[in-house]
Amino acid sequence: MSEQKLFSFRNSWFSTSVGTTVAIAIASALAGLIWLPLAQPDLKLAGIWDAICSAAGIPRAPVSASVQQPDFKTSNVVLTPDTIGRKDAVSIGRGATLAQRCAICHGPQGVSDANSPNLAGQFAEVTYKELHDFKTGARVNVVMSPFAANMSDQDMKDVAAYYAYLPRVPSSKADEKVPPPPIVVTGAPMRNIPPCGSCHGELDYKAGSPWLGGQSAVYIKAQLQAFAAGARRNDISQQMRNIARHMTAEEIDQVARYYEAQP
Amino acid sequence: MLSSKRLILAHFWLAFAAFGVALVLGAWQMFVRSPFNVWHFNPEFYYRSVTAHGSVMGYVFPTLVAMAFGYAITESALEKPMIGRRWAWTGFFLVAIGAVVAMVPVSLGLASVLYTFYPPMVGNPFYYVGVVLVVVGSWIWVALMSINFIAWKRENPDRPVPLAMFANVAGAYLWGWTAVGAALEILFQILPVAFGLRSTIDAGLARVFFSWTLHAIVYFWLIPTYIAYYTIFPRAIGGRLYSDAMARISFILFVVVAMPIGVHHLFADPQVGAGFKFMHSVFTGLVALPTLLTVFTICASAEIASRLRGGKGAFGWVSALPWKNPIMLATALSLVMLGFGGAGGLINMSYQLDASIHNTQWITGHFHLIFGGAIVIMYFAIAYDLWPHLTGRALNTFGMMRTQLWLWFIGMIVTTFPWHYVGILGMPRRMAFYDYLNPAIAPQAFSVMMSAIGGFILLISGILFLTVLFRGQFGMRSEAGAYRFAIPVHMPARIPVALNSFGLWLALMIGLTLVNYGFPIAQLLALPQTNVPAVYVGAAR
Repeated sequence: MSEQKLFSFRNSWFSTSVGTTVAIAIASALAGLIWLPLAQPDLKLAGIWDAICSAAGIPRAPVSASVQQPDFKTSNVVLTPDTIGRKDAVSIGRGATLAQRCAICHGPQGVSDANSPNLAGQFAEVTYKELHDFKTGARVNVVMSPFAANMSDQDMKDVAAYYAYLPRVPSSKADEKVPPPPIVVTGAPMRNIPPCGSCHGELDYKAGSPWLGGQSAVYIKAQLQAFAAGARRNDISQQMRNIARHMTAEEIDQVARYYEAQP
Repeated sequence: MLSSKRLILAHFWLAFAAFGVALVLGAWQMFVRSPFNVWHFNPEFYYRSVTAHGSVMGYVFPTLVAMAFGYAITESALEKPMIGRRWAWTGFFLVAIGAVVAMVPVSLGLASVLYTFYPPMVGNPFYYVGVVLVVVGSWIWVALMSINFIAWKRENPDRPVPLAMFANVAGAYLWGWTAVGAALEILFQILPVAFGLRSTIDAGLARVFFSWTLHAIVYFWLIPTYIAYYTIFPRAIGGRLYSDAMARISFILFVVVAMPIGVHHLFADPQVGAGFKFMHSVFTGLVALPTLLTVFTICASAEIASRLRGGKGAFGWVSALPWKNPIMLATALSLVMLGFGGAGGLINMSYQLDASIHNTQWITGHFHLIFGGAIVIMYFAIAYDLWPHLTGRALNTFGMMRTQLWLWFIGMIVTTFPWHYVGILGMPRRMAFYDYLNPAIAPQAFSVMMSAIGGFILLISGILFLTVLFRGQFGMRSEAGAYRFAIPVHMPARIPVALNSFGLWLALMIGLTLVNYGFPIAQLLALPQTNVPAVYVGAAR
């Protein structure tokens, strides 16, 4: 057996197996990288090389240069672990001084019954992002926009750090007996709505999503309606707009009442 | 001539003990996420259990069975004591220690990442270290199989390597190369993050590396089963193997085309180009070829045995087969499950059909039917066949063996058929909790309950299996004689060098891997900004 030379094209085992393997590999490459992409009418390829690059998964700049720009401002806040920086006593103290002008609506301790958001214990990233969006015009509100217009980046961070430092206070409407509605617990997968808790705490928390417990029902409802109507659009990639659009009016009511009653 | 009996028995017992524990976990999982469970439970326990079940059933159990069977084949087929017994014990202890090191963090809930790792989830580093130890232990086996193969060939230059050993070495080489993907993923991507040296990970690249291992590992699990088909089954039913060359070609085809196909697990992943997905799909189609060859050869071998026993007619010979023989029964049941599982597999490998079942319970049903069903039932058969030779005691509880095999078959069908069905209904996999009161999910409740009942039938069968082996350890002493493998109809005196060596086939295996994986991996390595923040399991977020 050893006298036969294996790695030689005279050995039919070698030539057949290598030939077949190479032929199959080439045929599948030709089909997968050239023929199939060119056969797809929607792919709009410039030629064979373009087809190969597309099928090989090489990221390309979009062919059409005209990227559609929205006719409104979008949020440009990027949240990273360093966005807020250190929440030291100096920052919190400065924030406390700056926050005196917020007290008339948001309460001297960050809690009020004025149907404006309760900020005590809110995540610093959230307060910072909203202030930033008010300043850039990504979110518009007749009261808040002028306040934010003159705040520096450090001012916003300090105010955010101060409110994050305050302890959360249960709302006057806290009621642990209110059962969680299905939309909060399981979402509605068929409508592409995840459970609220998968971003807003309880199940999981995603940076930039506010803590909703104890917020005014009137406020939550108004925001969801604004998202659904497209009046508020500082949510990145339309996350909340897509959810709110698919919620029924009844579900919006339930969610608002449920979160108001939570600690 | 089995001289390393203690070594082989140690591997088998560790394998089956681990299997027993993982089987209990599996049955619990089936119960706890079915409508039978009306109590609340912590879903975290479910993911711990799934991680332990998968790691043991996927890495520890089949690896140990392949190692044990491999050592048994080396000594009995080559008819001499194997080289490197001390190294083999080292490998065994590495696997055993690795299994414990991996399972401690899993039981503590520090590594609930499932056995497929799923970066950017990152668990306790000791979980991965344990898995690496298991793989390193098995690589010692790969090396030993290769050394024994080469040494025997040098001593016997004019004889063909016995089929069982040839196939065994094919499995070893296949595993040696296929484990490289997961090893690269763990060593260079996951462990640095798990040890806190880095906080981001290229999850897309990690998934590509894992797919390198994930599909071919199935053929590593499968090869002991196929060896049993070819070299135990015909002898056990009193027949002869239809073709020795056909058997060798099947194992060679596995070596060559089992590797460059893993991307069909990534059909829904954006980081691999559609062209490469198509190429992998083509080679996945080719891997059906050795299985079809095998089904043909084994059925032909069965027919030879039956006609020798006086079987008549075009189909009448089937009834003349020795159905009371546990090996006959196991092989037949295995082939039935392989048929159904293979048909399901053809759906998974096709880009368009896969879209309807991707990441649903269909997939879990599929791999349980193929691995848990067709493959593991032959592990039982291998153990039954080898046990008297290893223990030196008779194993004559045939009724119990048949009951066990039937229960495994019935249990596996009852478990996996409804499982496939709920997958078509859209039930996602890897979830701890389903609200069966939800009208959208309620129609799946009945099927899931059936599936859970199947899980408990499997548990009973597993207990019976361990009982048979345990009783075998205390049975009547009897000398079983030399362990022999099936003889082909035409015993080859000379065979082409291509069917007696692996150089060419390993070259094709590595070449095809480079063709099908080279570009996607190089591209992902070169692309900037493909890393995402790691999600540490159990850490506060």
